[in-house]
Amino acid sequence: MAETDQAELTFPSTWTRRHLLDLESLSAEEITTILQVAQQLKDMTGGCRNKLTLLSGKTCANLFFENSTRTRNSFSLAAKRLGADTVEFSASGSSVTKGETFVDTAKTIEAMGVDWVVTRHSVPGTPHLLARELGCSVINAGDGPHDHPTQGLLDILTLLQHRGSVAGLTVALVGDIAHSRTARANIWGLSKLGAHVIVCGPPTLVSPRWRELGFEVAHSLDEILPRCDVLNLLRIQFERQSARPFPSVHEYAALYAMNAARMRRAKDNILIMAPGPINRGVEITPEVADGPHSVILEQVTNGIAVRMAALWLTAGAQASSEPFSSTNANCASHSPV
Amino acid sequence: MIPAAPSFLITGGRLVDPSQNLDRVARLLVIDGQVEAIDPADGEIPSNIEHIDASGKIVAPGLVDLGVELREPGFEEDETIASGSDAALAGGFTSILACSSTSPCIDSHGAVEFVRQKAVQADGVRVHVIGCLSKNRDAQQMAELGLLHEAGAVAYSDSPRPMPNDALLKRALEYAQMFDLPIINRPNVMTLSEGGIMHDGQVALVLGLKGLPTEAEDLAVARDVRIAEATNGRLHIGPVSTMGAVDLISRVKERGINITASVCPHNLCLDDTHLRSFDARFKVHPPLRSPRHIETLRNAVADGTIDAIQSGHMPRAREKKMDDLFESPFGLASLETTLSTVATFMLGINGFDWLAIIDRLSTAPARIAGIAGGTLAVGSPADITIIDPDDKWTVDGHQFKSHCISTPLDNIELTSRVTHTFVGGRLRFSLRPELSHLA
Repeated sequence: MAETDQAELTFPSTWTRRHLLDLESLSAEEITTILQVAQQLKDMTGGCRNKLTLLSGKTCANLFFENSTRTRNSFSLAAKRLGADTVEFSASGSSVTKGETFVDTAKTIEAMGVDWVVTRHSVPGTPHLLARELGCSVINAGDGPHDHPTQGLLDILTLLQHRGSVAGLTVALVGDIAHSRTARANIWGLSKLGAHVIVCGPPTLVSPRWRELGFEVAHSLDEILPRCDVLNLLRIQFERQSARPFPSVHEYAALYAMNAARMRRAKDNILIMAPGPINRGVEITPEVADGPHSVILEQVTNGIAVRMAALWLTAGAQASSEPFSSTNANCASHSPV
Repeated sequence: MIPAAPSFLITGGRLVDPSQNLDRVARLLVIDGQVEAIDPADGEIPSNIEHIDASGKIVAPGLVDLGVELREPGFEEDETIASGSDAALAGGFTSILACSSTSPCIDSHGAVEFVRQKAVQADGVRVHVIGCLSKNRDAQQMAELGLLHEAGAVAYSDSPRPMPNDALLKRALEYAQMFDLPIINRPNVMTLSEGGIMHDGQVALVLGLKGLPTEAEDLAVARDVRIAEATNGRLHIGPVSTMGAVDLISRVKERGINITASVCPHNLCLDDTHLRSFDARFKVHPPLRSPRHIETLRNAVADGTIDAIQSGHMPRAREKKMDDLFESPFGLASLETTLSTVATFMLGINGFDWLAIIDRLSTAPARIAGIAGGTLAVGSPADITIIDPDDKWTVDGHQFKSHCISTPLDNIELTSRVTHTFVGGRLRFSLRPELSHLA
């Protein structure tokens, strides 16, 4: 692999965050900044294939307490594309199995001299807890059903590449909204940039409270389909459900799977997205997943670009005085975006 | 030096005693650990008796808590009877009801005796024992309520576990009438709330945290009050936290059904947005709810629909509260902040005054539990709490006498503070040494 010459990349004055914990707390300007940097880095690396040396000498630790294929490898490649070293950690086979808390495990890894902890955990808020406890930067690679900021950003970057702008688009997030961190990341990211967001699925997976927050709630995919510019088809998170929220997978697929028949009723230029892993035949059928409207594999490539941007920007902000970039503990109430 | 036979005269203080509808500056004479007289004539006051100047302070009957987890035996890392006693005294409590959530649980004569003996050794607050409602607290078989009563239990409960067995609750409400002891039940339908972390509302939705739905509490209250009505048993519901619970309690009280209810102080002032920090200090049960529930609860406390305020003290060791929100248990230390929290956030709401505060924290809980206390009437034990209503202080869990330092009120400034606590006329707590006239 060839090393690309270091091109001029100016650190944006609009970025001050040492951590990337969620999209809810980012402003539209900050989201735009990270997307612009991601696009620049993608271009500079020939589509995320070549290496830069922007972060040489630094080390990124991937602390994954949950299984992951694409996100983990994507972060690892992103760090390496920027010249950083990586440390890989999995909960199985670690001291966590001996009773050590994940905070102590993270502190131990940090003490080895890492500059970022990229963490995935099944419990919402764990990256926020680490951000309070650690001195290095913390990047959320998915915390339970709460948020997955880089996934939301890579989805939006893919959308931007095809449509140029998010404002005014109607984007439907279809499926297991209740248990989906991807859904939450997209909801905040897309709405801040001006998209009309619809959350669609059975009432047991789509709370009517999303309406109170300013989002459209739909329970019939067929009704909203003709209006949609983008469909993001979310996997049913069986592993996070304590009780089956619908009678059968067969019934779910009949009501919500994007298939060839539904494609015929969709807009001609509809974009089909999925965060993966996809369950063929459940939320999406093979002819749609592999069809001309699908941008699923582009999302994967853009994931590396977004994660390069996240690492580079948070590294640049490490010297800043930002104490903690999460939401304010004493905020009075949540305001819809 | 603590006098062997505590006798003293408190002067200059504002006596607030709901049991006598008393709220005025008056002198209080204590002889041999009992209230001897209010505003005694000079001739009644023994010569050489110690005078305690309480000018600017409130002198009230000692506070009474309807449910405190002391965690001993079995969970001494969370709290011991001695440390819980110290914490209670520092919070102005003179009597507390100890929950049965120990290991082994308090479902036998011996278990009651253990707590009572430990309390005697601690020589602090009066510790009354809540016996288990079911054997092993497993909701299968009624505990030996009669033998628990003989051993000294003053109430029955599996709290903080609710009683999910409808038939057992009904039988127990019938059976316990023989002993005239109340059954205390925490309203919660566990099949609806299982796995929940926080109030099931907009904030939980955004954070992706499983909620504790209000209907889990409302439904349980509805069941409990219906069974209480059917049996005419003595039922205390608490702590409650929802608008629906308040509405049901209000309606059944209007119908004359004899139930009582309580609420925790943190549920009167903190809302669920605090969980946006993902900080386990705010993981408490009942959960911090949304502002409209809080407003309803405040009004219900003010108008008496909710009879009592209980601390909700559920101490958990520091290491347990340092973990993530799933692993960290529900719990908090609240004995030492209860009075101040209520005064800070409740005074002035619909005419809620110091008489009402002392009623909800002392007179009413003593009446509900059927124990001595909650009064400064002549002849009653001199269980006295002195409060400085103007003292502003900032909560710091690290300063607590409880083993537990976790409090959702950390760094919050409160107004009013307990300065002295007397049990049976003996000074058992003094905020500042220089003010401890009898120490």
